[in-house]
Amino acid sequence: MPARRNVYLDHSASTPVDARVVETMLPYFSEVYGNPSSMHSQGRRAEQAIEDARESVARVLNCTPEEIIFTSGGSESDNLALRGAAWAKRHTGRHLLSTPIEHSAISRTLEQLTHIMGFAQTLLPVDRDAMINTTDFERALRPDTTVASVMYANNEVGTVQPIAQLAALARANGTLFHTDAVQAAGQLPLDVQALGVDMLSLSAHKFYGPKGVGLLYVRTGVELLPAQTGGSHERSRRAGTHNTPLIVGLAKALELAYVEMAARTTHYRQMRNLLVEGIMQRVPGAQLTGHPIQRIASHASFVFEGIDSSTLLMHLDMKGVAASGGSACKTGNPEPSGVLLAMGYTPQQAIGTLRLTVGLQTTADDVDYAVNAIAASVQKLSQLKREMIL
Amino acid sequence: MSNADTRVVVAMSGGVDSSVAAALLVEQGYDVVGMMMRLWSDESFGGAAYNRCCTPDQMNDARRIADKLGIPFYVLDTKEVFRDTIVEFFIDQHRDGVTPNPCMECNRHIRFTWLLNHALALDADYLATGHYVRRQQDADGRIRIRKGVDDHKDQSYVLSVLTQQQLRHALFPVGDYAKSDVRQIAERFGLPTASKKDSQDLCFLGNGNYRDFLIKHAPDTMIPGPIVLKNGEVIGEHNGLVNYTIGQRKGLGIAYSESLYVIAMNPYRNALVVGTQADLGSSVLTARRVNWVAGAAPASVFRAEVKIRYKAAPMPALVETLDSERMRVTFDKPLRDITPGQGAVVYDDDVCLGGGIIEKQAI
Repeated sequence: MPARRNVYLDHSASTPVDARVVETMLPYFSEVYGNPSSMHSQGRRAEQAIEDARESVARVLNCTPEEIIFTSGGSESDNLALRGAAWAKRHTGRHLLSTPIEHSAISRTLEQLTHIMGFAQTLLPVDRDAMINTTDFERALRPDTTVASVMYANNEVGTVQPIAQLAALARANGTLFHTDAVQAAGQLPLDVQALGVDMLSLSAHKFYGPKGVGLLYVRTGVELLPAQTGGSHERSRRAGTHNTPLIVGLAKALELAYVEMAARTTHYRQMRNLLVEGIMQRVPGAQLTGHPIQRIASHASFVFEGIDSSTLLMHLDMKGVAASGGSACKTGNPEPSGVLLAMGYTPQQAIGTLRLTVGLQTTADDVDYAVNAIAASVQKLSQLKREMIL
Repeated sequence: MSNADTRVVVAMSGGVDSSVAAALLVEQGYDVVGMMMRLWSDESFGGAAYNRCCTPDQMNDARRIADKLGIPFYVLDTKEVFRDTIVEFFIDQHRDGVTPNPCMECNRHIRFTWLLNHALALDADYLATGHYVRRQQDADGRIRIRKGVDDHKDQSYVLSVLTQQQLRHALFPVGDYAKSDVRQIAERFGLPTASKKDSQDLCFLGNGNYRDFLIKHAPDTMIPGPIVLKNGEVIGEHNGLVNYTIGQRKGLGIAYSESLYVIAMNPYRNALVVGTQADLGSSVLTARRVNWVAGAAPASVFRAEVKIRYKAAPMPALVETLDSERMRVTFDKPLRDITPGQGAVVYDDDVCLGGGIIEKQAI
């Protein structure tokens, strides 16, 4: 047994804040503390920081600054996009189109819209790799389909969807197209003109920015019913005093992520490929889930049939390896992953998921250690399933 | 091996006893890991019917305590094995006309088999619980279970099912303390001092009661049948055997020349057997599935004290081993409420020698 080390392989859950980002944020706690809405010099300085951040973000997204709404994170952005656009267009139509593999910020919002608010929804099927079919998408668009939402990259299995094609089909149908790009950020292009999307959600802590801040891109002309009403912040689409340090941090993190994207994704891909090779060689019965190629560079996900994720994660945690599972839960009541079920895996398989997501600090030694830990833990748990030790 | 190299998994409930057990082990420098089992509960009676042993509040409490103590904490999905062994056993036993003690079975099969194995798989050396018993290792390596220092809290009855193999990996850190000491220790560590409320209800009934549960899962135990005398004479009708207990006098609804008491159940005829006070009580019981903690009985015939329920007083008796898994107990004075399915647990002063499950007695 090699010496215990701490290996963090859960970067899709969250990332450490980049030191350069922290440094950029620091003046906005106690030096530039004014309310950005105030007219005095303290307020103006804060406002300037926010508008600089907005411009910086707009450059990455290839949009205008006015098209950016700062939010508290990915969930808020998804909620605002879907519910806000569905309500604003409710007199045009009440049909919404999405997939069964969305993050719960989308799927639960859809559920509320359909179960309580009188909307109708179609969830497109996905294939074994979690890919949706563009023809299916096109066929599912109806004259009354007002909003379609398809995630850019899946959080559980990493699969990347053909967003530009889907967005073009939606536009041809007069349907607004939203994408949850939370997992894609920092690894895939976010040029909203090239993608052709009408709305796009991001969350800063997935790309070495701070937690509690995100953004929603909303194409000019797209109307939203705000969820949070109050002051006229964010062009009256999202009331509430701006959180200057977080917004500044988000912009800096996004800028760095895109300046350094090529180098970062190359590193991610190398580490991820090592990881996948190691697991596939060392763990009998391991299956890679999600698309083998069309997936984000940092992401590896597996099923180990018959192994309960939560128990596996416990074993890995005791060995210092931080990972996650699609069905993992802290309350001892694991449900099979809905994403894997939609992909056609059995409930038995969908309970044994493991997600490993590498990051900037991940080294080949980390990967090696994690592969050993996973192989040993899976072997132990398979044995425990067959026979009691005592 | 130093304590720091010794990993101990503590079964935590969020209550004061297991929290203090964890705290003491942390203080002694062990590598401590907290665990809680998520047990099965009947959700069919509506509401968020959590098992009473692992409600969300208890989970949060235990997690918070583990955080304070600086130890990892995990909740294990134990629902399936718990339902398949403990709940099924409970239902089967009722069908068979006996009143089981599921807590004893849970200690035997779930806590000290399933959970212990999960602890060992995690490279733990021990599984610790907050039970009030003392574990004593003799010079020859044999481990004894002694009653907890606090006689009122002693829980050796439900641990009489443990074997040497299990005890080698068991620790009971609070057994050396009185409950009042345990509260003080909790205060010293800044832990919550509230105990789980002692409830008569079984942990897995959900929002239903005992009766609702059996109506649903063992409807045959609720079928009316004859009330008979020992000689077989039918003198009335009962409304399901499970609604009666041995020794019960009230609620039989029969007019008879003498007071009548429930003296037995006959599930094969679905008959409730009643008799007079003279028929009630017995000096003798036999028990099966006997476990001797030391691995064997101290002698084939010996004097001891025997408890026939968790809360019963130990009574002087003569114990005879019948074979390796059965025993006969002859009490010095007759007892009125010897109940098949409950444990008969044998003590030599404060040492728990072992015990078995009381058999249905021939009438």
